[in-house]
Amino acid sequence: MASLTLRDVRKSYGDTQVIHGVDLDIDDGEFVVFVGPSGCGKSTLLRMIAGLEEISGGTVAIGDTVVNEVAASKRGVSMVFQTYALYPHMTVYKNMAFGLKQIKTPKKEIKERVTAAAEILQITDYLDRTPRNLSGGQRQRVAIGRAIVRDPEVFLFDEPLSNLDAALRVQTRKEIARLHQRLETTMIYVTHDQVEAMTLADKIVVLRDGIIEQVGSPMDLYERPDNSFVAQFIGSPKMNFFAAGDLTPNAGSILGKDIASNIEVGLRPEHLYVADAANAVVDGSMELVENLGEYALVHLRTASGVEFIAKTEKPPAAPNGSVVSFGIDASLSHLFDKNTGARLT
Amino acid sequence: MAAVAQKSRFGGAFWTVLAWVVALIFFFPIFWMVFTSFKTDADAVKPEHLLFFKPTLDNYLNMTENYDYWRFAINSVITASFATLFALIVGVPCAYAMAFNPSRHTKDVLVWMLSTKMLPAAAVLYPMTFLTKNFLDVFDTHFLVILVLCLINLPIVIWMLFTYFKEIPKEIIEAGKMDGVSTWGEIKDILIPLAWGGMASTALLTFIFCWNEAYWTVRLTTTEAATLSKLIEGNRAPEGLFFGRLSAVSTAAVGPIVILGWFCQKQLVRGLTFGAVK
Repeated sequence: MASLTLRDVRKSYGDTQVIHGVDLDIDDGEFVVFVGPSGCGKSTLLRMIAGLEEISGGTVAIGDTVVNEVAASKRGVSMVFQTYALYPHMTVYKNMAFGLKQIKTPKKEIKERVTAAAEILQITDYLDRTPRNLSGGQRQRVAIGRAIVRDPEVFLFDEPLSNLDAALRVQTRKEIARLHQRLETTMIYVTHDQVEAMTLADKIVVLRDGIIEQVGSPMDLYERPDNSFVAQFIGSPKMNFFAAGDLTPNAGSILGKDIASNIEVGLRPEHLYVADAANAVVDGSMELVENLGEYALVHLRTASGVEFIAKTEKPPAAPNGSVVSFGIDASLSHLFDKNTGARLT
Repeated sequence: MAAVAQKSRFGGAFWTVLAWVVALIFFFPIFWMVFTSFKTDADAVKPEHLLFFKPTLDNYLNMTENYDYWRFAINSVITASFATLFALIVGVPCAYAMAFNPSRHTKDVLVWMLSTKMLPAAAVLYPMTFLTKNFLDVFDTHFLVILVLCLINLPIVIWMLFTYFKEIPKEIIEAGKMDGVSTWGEIKDILIPLAWGGMASTALLTFIFCWNEAYWTVRLTTTEAATLSKLIEGNRAPEGLFFGRLSAVSTAAVGPIVILGWFCQKQLVRGLTFGAVK
């Protein structure tokens, strides 16, 4: 087990820089999730930690050792690939034993470690099969098993669930969480799915265009996003954004804030509630209601033309096209600078 | 519905017949060659014996006794085998490097390699003969034939291997790196088992090309390292055309390679990568 320290880490391909100086501290045993839209550099950053991509600038340290020049296999990290990347010509057992064989582990010990890992992942019955005879979920377990047997200091997961169907994804997500509790090893997990980030992470790192936008616990990010990008990335459905002109005239006084023209107001759909005119912060004409039973998603449009969503316990009784007013608890509103996106107060 | 079905049945029959006709047209000269090889040289040119004649094995017996068929055959086997082997020994690491660690110039290198095939062989006939005969003193040696066969096929070997290696997901090689496998281990334990089918078909094709090569083997050998191509060439010549004998020699020269190809074709269409990734 080990901590990780990234200092001013940069990556360029030729003249194009894709990671622009990342500083990050990861504690021993922490579960860290890199999240961001595709092309934000999260996978590249992970691969640099793994040793599969050269580090163009800055340092990556695992424990106290700077590993910039250390070979991937000597860094004490294991990686689970999005495509599993199992050796198709080897049985499950050999797939898991392969890494140990490379470091000349005695046969008996290999057997013990593979068997132990197989038991944790419940793949003991498949040890003699080749990957082609396994389902997607089973292959994923083997890939995780291959990572476990090497007893790494840090686990790296590169979008490990994106090739699984929805039901299996939820189950495997749970198993990864359980695995982390059991092994207490540092884990770094890359995903573009904010639900995976929220449910798994001790610490989320939100990346955009090769820059860290915010680092914090899931609840930090949800409750106090540093900027409008993080605010709309974390949470589902996305946060609604309004300019002063989109809100009701008395919104400012209800929210207790002076809403100048350079300010964007962020209101989460789940925090909006149907209110009378006196408490209304925003009005909208109803365009569509998606009723999911336990809650309803109401799609609306303000008089100024801005679309927004409210998540309500029950669908409003009014028909589509009618105007509905919504209020919000002032403490749950977010204010951002319209130009820089930075959080205000 | 019925009309459509009938029409398509007619269309199917038409294409089948056409395919057979075309195939027979292409196959006929080869059939005729084999057929003629059982005629005596005299019968072979007599119109009355065009179809009906007394078959004889004389041409074949003659060939092994008088023309030293086995020496040529063994030379063909030796030169084609070693040329294939060396082409693979050079080609595998080369294609591996280009497939998994490409640089900005990999594409240019590949195109350059192929461009070497564009030079007409005849253009370098004189320098090659002069160099090998008068200067390096390797004319008519196995070494020279193997080297030449290896070099002229290398571009194709590398291209083929490159294509097969490209199909192997990069992540599998990366997983190997994470597992701490050495470069040699990577080739031995991951690349070769995965690309086995592709490498075997590359080897087979190269062997066939080497076996069939005539331009250089005929011109750079006399007796010592002469291959079957040279034997056919030799029987074409001075005393006029002896069709029976020539046919027998040709049949015996192409026979082994046709049989080899026939038996290997099934094994060659085996892809091992299936199941590696979703």
